[in-house]
Amino acid sequence: MLELSGITKSYGTHRVLDDVGFTVAPGRLTGFVGGNGAGKTTTMRIVLGVLARDAGRVELNGSPVTAADRRRFGYMPEERGLYPKMRVLDHIVYLARLHGFSKPDATVRATALLEELGLGERLQDDVETLSLGNQQRAQIAAALVHDPEVLILDEPFSGLDPLAVDVVAGVLQNRAAQGASVLFSSHQLDVVERLCDDLVIIAGGQIRAAGTREQLRSEHAQRRYELVSAGDVGWLRDDPGVEIHEFDGGYALFDADSDETVQRVLRRAVESGDVASFAPRHPSLAQIFKEVIQ
Amino acid sequence: MNATPLSTPSVAPSFPQSVWLVAEREVGSKLRSKAFLISTGILLLIALVSVVWGGFAAQSSNAVKVAVTSDTAAVADQLGDAVEPTQAADADAARELVASGDVDAALVPSDEGSFGFAVVVEESAPSGLMQMLSQTPPVEILSPSGTDGMLRYLVALGFGLIFFMAALTFGSTIAQSVVEEKATRVVELLISAIPTRALLAGKVVGNTILAMGQIIGLAAIVIVGLTVTGQGELLSGLGAPLVWFAVFFLFGFVLLAALFAAAASMVSRQEDIGSTTTPLTFLVMAPYFLVIFFNDNDLVMTIMSYVPFSAPVAMPVRIFLGEAQWWEPLLSLAILLASCAAAIWIGAKIYEHSILRMGARVKLAEALAG
Repeated sequence: MLELSGITKSYGTHRVLDDVGFTVAPGRLTGFVGGNGAGKTTTMRIVLGVLARDAGRVELNGSPVTAADRRRFGYMPEERGLYPKMRVLDHIVYLARLHGFSKPDATVRATALLEELGLGERLQDDVETLSLGNQQRAQIAAALVHDPEVLILDEPFSGLDPLAVDVVAGVLQNRAAQGASVLFSSHQLDVVERLCDDLVIIAGGQIRAAGTREQLRSEHAQRRYELVSAGDVGWLRDDPGVEIHEFDGGYALFDADSDETVQRVLRRAVESGDVASFAPRHPSLAQIFKEVIQ
Repeated sequence: MNATPLSTPSVAPSFPQSVWLVAEREVGSKLRSKAFLISTGILLLIALVSVVWGGFAAQSSNAVKVAVTSDTAAVADQLGDAVEPTQAADADAARELVASGDVDAALVPSDEGSFGFAVVVEESAPSGLMQMLSQTPPVEILSPSGTDGMLRYLVALGFGLIFFMAALTFGSTIAQSVVEEKATRVVELLISAIPTRALLAGKVVGNTILAMGQIIGLAAIVIVGLTVTGQGELLSGLGAPLVWFAVFFLFGFVLLAALFAAAASMVSRQEDIGSTTTPLTFLVMAPYFLVIFFNDNDLVMTIMSYVPFSAPVAMPVRIFLGEAQWWEPLLSLAILLASCAAAIWIGAKIYEHSILRMGARVKLAEALAG
C-alpha cells in the first residue's frame, strides 16, 4: 500500500501541489486523472524521489519510502526517453541490472517482457530505429523489467494505437493481478474508465475526488434513469419531481429528485403501456470529472 | 506471462556495483561507435608513422658528399663522419662529379689563400661544410645543457598535444553523454534505480578508462616503435617521464571529467553545452600553448608543474629534462590528488542539483547551493 499525505510543493510563489493525499492499493489499478498542469507529473516525480517535496509524507506499508524501497518501484516518466543508440534488449537488460539483477537473469526477463509487449522481432535494433509506438512499448518494458512492487506510469497510453493500448492494458492488469500497486495517469478517460479499479482526480494541485470506481459513480449518481416504453411518455413532463434531459416519444432520459419519485414514475409507466426498459444510467467518468473539477 | 512472481525481490546493487555498471555502459557504447573507433585508429596510425619516420630520418645519413683528390683526402679525413668522401682521379674529374650532381662539393688542390685547397661547388657552398672548414676558437661551456633545444621542444609539444587532445576528446564525450541523458530523460529512470553520485562516478570512471586506454595504446606504440627502429637511446630517456605522464594524466583527467560532467549537467540541450564547458576547454588548452611558448623558461615550467591543470604536461617535461628533484613529482601529485578530491566534491554537488532541472541553464550559484 502506497500512501501519500499532505504533499505540498511550490515553485517560487506558485503552489503546484496543495495537501495532496491518496492511496494506491496493491493488486489494483489506480487511475490518476487531471487536466494539464493539475499536478499529476509533479506528484509522480515526488513519489519517485526525483523531485523534492516541500512538505508531506510518502509511505509504503506504513513507513516512509526509502531509496531502497524506490529501487522496487517502476517508473515511466512523462517525457519518454531511452538511449537512442542502444539496442532495445541491451537497454532493458542494463536497467534490470541497475535494479540488481544478474546479467543472465536480466537477459531472460528483458527478453520475455519485450516479447510480451510485441517487440520480440526488434530486440537487436537500436532504440532510435523504432517507431514512436514501439519506443513507447520499450519504455513500458523499462518500467516493468525488475518486477516492481509499485508502478508509477505517467501517461502510459498516449501515442498508442488501440491494439497497443490493449496489449499494454493487459500487461498492467497482469502486474496488478500479481500484487503490484499500479498508479497511472491518463487523459484518455475512456481507457481509465475501462481499466481502473480506483480513481484519483486532481485539479489545481488539490485532490478533488478519490476512491473506487463504483464508489465515485454512486457518489456522483444523480438518480438519472432511462425509460423506454411502447406508449408516449409525455406525462413525465408534468411530474414535479422529474427533470428531463432527453425526450423522444417513447424514450426519456431524466433525473429524479427522490427514490419515491423513481418508484412513482415506474408505476405510472407500467400503467401507461409496455415498458421495454427502465434502468439507472451511471455517470461516465468524463461527467464525474467535469463535475468535480469545477 | 512467465515473469518471476513478486516474492523474489532483486537485491539492490551496491554503490561500487552501480558505478561499475554505468562505467561498463559508457565504455561499451563508445566502443560501438564507428566514429570513435576510426578516429582512435587514425590517432594510433599517426603516432606509429611519426615514430617510424623519425627512426628513418635519424638513420639516413646527412653527411655532405664531397669529391677529393689524393692531395685533399687528408682534409676530408679530418672532418670525420660529417663528410662522405668520394675519391676522384684528379681535380678535373672531381669538378665533373660536382657538375653531374654526384657530390655536393669537391675539394681540389689550390695555391690561393693559406688553405692549400679550394672548394668547388655547383651553385652555392653547403653551409655545414663551410662551417666545418672554417676555423673557430675553442669554446668552453661552463654549464652544459643536458638536452638540445629541438628535442626539448618536441617532447614538450608531444606531452602537451596528447594531454590536450585526450582530455578534450573524452571531456566532451562525458559532457555530451550527461546532456544526452538529461535531454532524453533517461536520467530519471537511472536515478530512480541508483544514487545520483553512483551515476556520476560511473560516467567519470568509464571515460577515464577510455582515455587511459588511448594513452596507454599511444605509449605502447611509441615504445615499440622506438625499440624496433633502433632509437633505444631516446626511449631510455623517455621511459620515466612517460610513466609519470600516465599517472598524472589519470588523476588530471578524473579532475577534468568531474568538472565537465558538472558543467554539462547545468544545461538541457546539446546546443547549449558550449555555454558552460567553454571555460574548461580553455583550461585544457592552456597547458598546451604554455609549454609551446615557455618550454625553455624554468620559472614558468616550475609553476606549471605544480598547477593541477598543467602538471600532467609540465612535470613529465621537467623530469625528461632532468630539472625536477626526486620529490617534486610526488609533491605535485599530492596537490593534484587534493584538487581532484575537491573537484569531485564540487562536481557531484553541482551535478546532483542540476541533473533534473530542465529548461533554462542552471545558474552556478543555484547549482552549488541546491
